[in-house]
Amino acid sequence: MSGRRTKENKMKLIIAVIQPDKLETVKEELYKAEVNLITVTEVLGHGRQMGVTEVYRGVKETGNLLRKIQLEIAVNENFVEPTISAIRKGACSGDIGDGKIFVLDLQDCIRIRTGEKGSTAIG
Amino acid sequence: MGLAGPAIAEEISAPAAAPAEMTAVAVEAPAPAPAKIDTGDTAWVMTSSAFVMLMTLPGLAFFYGGLVRKKNVLSILMQSGIMLCVITLQWVLFGYSLSFSPGNGFIGGLKWLGLNGVGLTPYPDYAATIPHQAFMIFQGMFAVITPALIIGAFAERMKFSAFLVFSILWATLVYDPVAHWVWGLGGWLRNMGALDFAGGTVVHINAGVAAIVAALMLGKRKGYANQPVPPHNLPFTVLGAGLLWFGWFGFNAGSALGANGLAVGAFVTTNTAAAAAGLTWALIEWLHNGTPTTLGVATGLVAGLVAITPAAGYVGVMPAILIGVVVSLICFVMVAFVKTKLGYDDSLDAFGVHGIGGIWGALATGLFASKAVNPAGADGLFYGNPAQFVIQLKAVLITALYSLVVTWLILKLVNALFGVRASEKDEVLGLDLSQHHEGAYTVLE
Repeated sequence: MSGRRTKENKMKLIIAVIQPDKLETVKEELYKAEVNLITVTEVLGHGRQMGVTEVYRGVKETGNLLRKIQLEIAVNENFVEPTISAIRKGACSGDIGDGKIFVLDLQDCIRIRTGEKGSTAIG
Repeated sequence: MGLAGPAIAEEISAPAAAPAEMTAVAVEAPAPAPAKIDTGDTAWVMTSSAFVMLMTLPGLAFFYGGLVRKKNVLSILMQSGIMLCVITLQWVLFGYSLSFSPGNGFIGGLKWLGLNGVGLTPYPDYAATIPHQAFMIFQGMFAVITPALIIGAFAERMKFSAFLVFSILWATLVYDPVAHWVWGLGGWLRNMGALDFAGGTVVHINAGVAAIVAALMLGKRKGYANQPVPPHNLPFTVLGAGLLWFGWFGFNAGSALGANGLAVGAFVTTNTAAAAAGLTWALIEWLHNGTPTTLGVATGLVAGLVAITPAAGYVGVMPAILIGVVVSLICFVMVAFVKTKLGYDDSLDAFGVHGIGGIWGALATGLFASKAVNPAGADGLFYGNPAQFVIQLKAVLITALYSLVVTWLILKLVNALFGVRASEKDEVLGLDLSQHHEGAYTVLE
């Protein structure tokens, strides 16, 4: 594979699910940590927090899923901890439903424009 | 001034009981042949009433609804829609009587409770050629939209129950008296000679000042950092603005209370001012920000409609252009600089557009009004009568002060009884889900 990729510099994919109203503060914290490349998706879900009840023409629907925001951030290993602490700082209110952060190994990364691979392509 | 009102009112309320002694007080009242219904006039006022109904729902509802985040759009449509229901009932039960039945200078009487005596023959002191109920329902649509305008100030954070109580109290304690002062028989601002063709003072200044009071008392939305919150659906806002422009022909040209030359004049000045203001806003943005925006044009044209409202039947077409150009300059400075500088969260610029635009319109009426346009009006400052400008200024200041104080008192009361602001959790979840258990949009399916 890529000769430029060293063994000690592994890449990680960080997936975080947060409350929608925390997106702005999380973005601010990420910029402070110099993490500038993120992908944001609107998702539905609930964990331990119960969903909401909706009523349409008198009929109740319980346990509807809540809107959440999912962030995907690919980083080199030295950025993993700063990214995690930035997300926690921006998204934590102390209530149930603040969300979760998942860290996955990332096999490779290719920049479409140049064809660069691995850790040089990631930032 | 306030003390002089009741005395004058008693003189006027006496002949009001005997329509035979009719005087041409109304804007459009040909003196002879009393109580003869004109079919053209009646058709136009009925049509205009329907136009003004359309301004609240869906006009204003979609104008405001597009500007909020998608978790709150239903709350805006709901608040606008329920105003039609609630204030219509308030109006026929007692609001119309408090506003328009003969009373003292400050407030109407209780003679017309439940529309008792408000029949299908003309009441010449208000409109000699249309059924009294046609005048009543036309005015009723104004009573509905005025509290609905305030929604823009407390959008995305007010508890629905508190909103309902606030709106009923506001309609009764602020709108009804001020409508009586300006338009009611014996109303003291009317007797003072203040000109307000279609409600610049009664509707826009009144609601606009209530809006700034509400914005300050409820406080900022959670997370608001003196930056505009991105609108979730600008096409809705443009749709709403278009419906408002359309409906405003009923609002202003309908205020002639007849299908006549005055109505056509008001129609043309209304259209002209809206056009001038919409274009001006786009040009300001072009110069200042590099590109004109759809939201800018929508905001500008509404500001133009607000500003021409008090002047529509009293000014010519050239002053209408000037009124439109200047209102966009003033309102742009207000919402782009003053609001962000002072940091209050008038979320959808109910004060910045309706309050400020309304004040400019009322003062501009005192500058540009001309008897050559409407002999039943007066000459303004530029037509040799500076006194009219002073009268307009007084009417503005008094209305603003009254609205400020009474709105503050009502909000204090409602807050003490129910709490005006939605809980932080409900605000974060969105008012659609928390106040109404509904969502406007699905993500799946």
